[in-house]
Amino acid sequence: MASAKEMKSLVFGPVFANNPIALQVLGICSALAVTTKLDKALVMGIALTLVTAFSSMFISMIRNHIPSSVRIIVQMTIIASLVIVVDQVLKAFAYNVAKELSVFVGLIITNCIVMGRAEAYAMKSPPLMSFLDGIGNGLGYTVLLLIVAFIRELFGSGTLFGVEILPLVSAGGWYQPMGMMLIAPSAFIIIGLLIWILRTFRPEQVEKA
Amino acid sequence: MFSNNDSIGKTFFVVIALCLVCAILVATAAVQLRPKQVENKLLDSQKNVLAVTGLLAEGDIKELYIKHIQERLVDLNTGEFVDMDPESYDYRRAMKAPETSIKLDGADDKASIKSRANIAPVYFAYNDGVESGKLSAIVLPVHGYGLWSTMHAFLALDNDGNTIKGINYYEQGETAGLGGEVQNPKWTAQFVGKKLLDESGAPAIKVMKPGNANPTSAYEVDGLSGATLTSKGVQNTFDFWAGAKGFAPFLTKVRDGALNNG
Repeated sequence: MASAKEMKSLVFGPVFANNPIALQVLGICSALAVTTKLDKALVMGIALTLVTAFSSMFISMIRNHIPSSVRIIVQMTIIASLVIVVDQVLKAFAYNVAKELSVFVGLIITNCIVMGRAEAYAMKSPPLMSFLDGIGNGLGYTVLLLIVAFIRELFGSGTLFGVEILPLVSAGGWYQPMGMMLIAPSAFIIIGLLIWILRTFRPEQVEKA
Repeated sequence: MFSNNDSIGKTFFVVIALCLVCAILVATAAVQLRPKQVENKLLDSQKNVLAVTGLLAEGDIKELYIKHIQERLVDLNTGEFVDMDPESYDYRRAMKAPETSIKLDGADDKASIKSRANIAPVYFAYNDGVESGKLSAIVLPVHGYGLWSTMHAFLALDNDGNTIKGINYYEQGETAGLGGEVQNPKWTAQFVGKKLLDESGAPAIKVMKPGNANPTSAYEVDGLSGATLTSKGVQNTFDFWAGAKGFAPFLTKVRDGALNNG
């Protein structure tokens, strides 16, 4: 059994030290799509965390029986089933969010983080550790999404979680929103800047040229 | 049972067993959650109808809806009411299925929706309750293509069938913060009091460039800034649904007094 310290590093390591978006640059596509509003980013983060954690756990449970010739398909089947279940649950219990997110929830299937963790970690680690690894990477993804969404929603719409922070000119206030923040390229720029900041403080993350 | 993970027998066994387990899991979730999802959908649509007529209040949406709203089906070609149970009618399915819709193309398809159902639901709102018989608004479901998505809205008209009481975009996939602002109540508020049709009965709403609408005009509203194509989609939606292929035959009947005798 692994030590408590090891478990802790599995959960919190991917948040800053080994962030799936910032260091591994995985899962960028959905990071562009769902970060215009904080609430969307949060729900997407939770959904992805759950899918990654449970798919890693299930894959790890049967890892000794998966024939290597069809392992990717086996992983995909498990991930896809979980994603459909998450989508159905959201539609039943969080209808308003599900209405806006449905397309992106479906796209979790193709999110590289889920597949990446399954292939890189769950295939050779015991179930509990794989579960924690999934939670950790999901957290790392969620934290980065929230930071990006915070910047985009605040400067693009003048709101946070839909609550007005900067009163817009169009509503009689003083803040002229940055339209650029609302379109996908701004997320690229923000993620790029975040990676830069992170690597300035953690030079060990810089790849050798 | 199997000596080697990669033998053909084991491969088939694992794949088939896994598929069975996953299929059961997914099917169970879908079937179990289905009633709740259908209810959510219905509740959402009822909420939107109430919202556009200004009848949405605290409390049970279902009760409010039953108290204030009467739903009926209208044949869009003739403008006559159809005697069918509105609850069992699936408008979204009917607008796509070839046997219950007409194809639109070229100049007819102003709102870029490709096909239009023959029968559409309309909602009658009564502020004092349905039994009072005092009609306060007519709600029409409209939709049209914007920049990225089909935008669905409820349009509430006064009982003259012409003065707009409100519009509520409840489903759209436009750019959040730009075109997505069609949902913004501050934007939709400017439609209130405008006239859907001009004196000759032609669609008259004009979505102008932002800042160019004359506030005293009965037809002009400001478009959304930074969302030219979404604004154009709104314009097209009005042009289509107020026109002959849309609700015009029905609205003509409304103005001729169809609601008084039936």
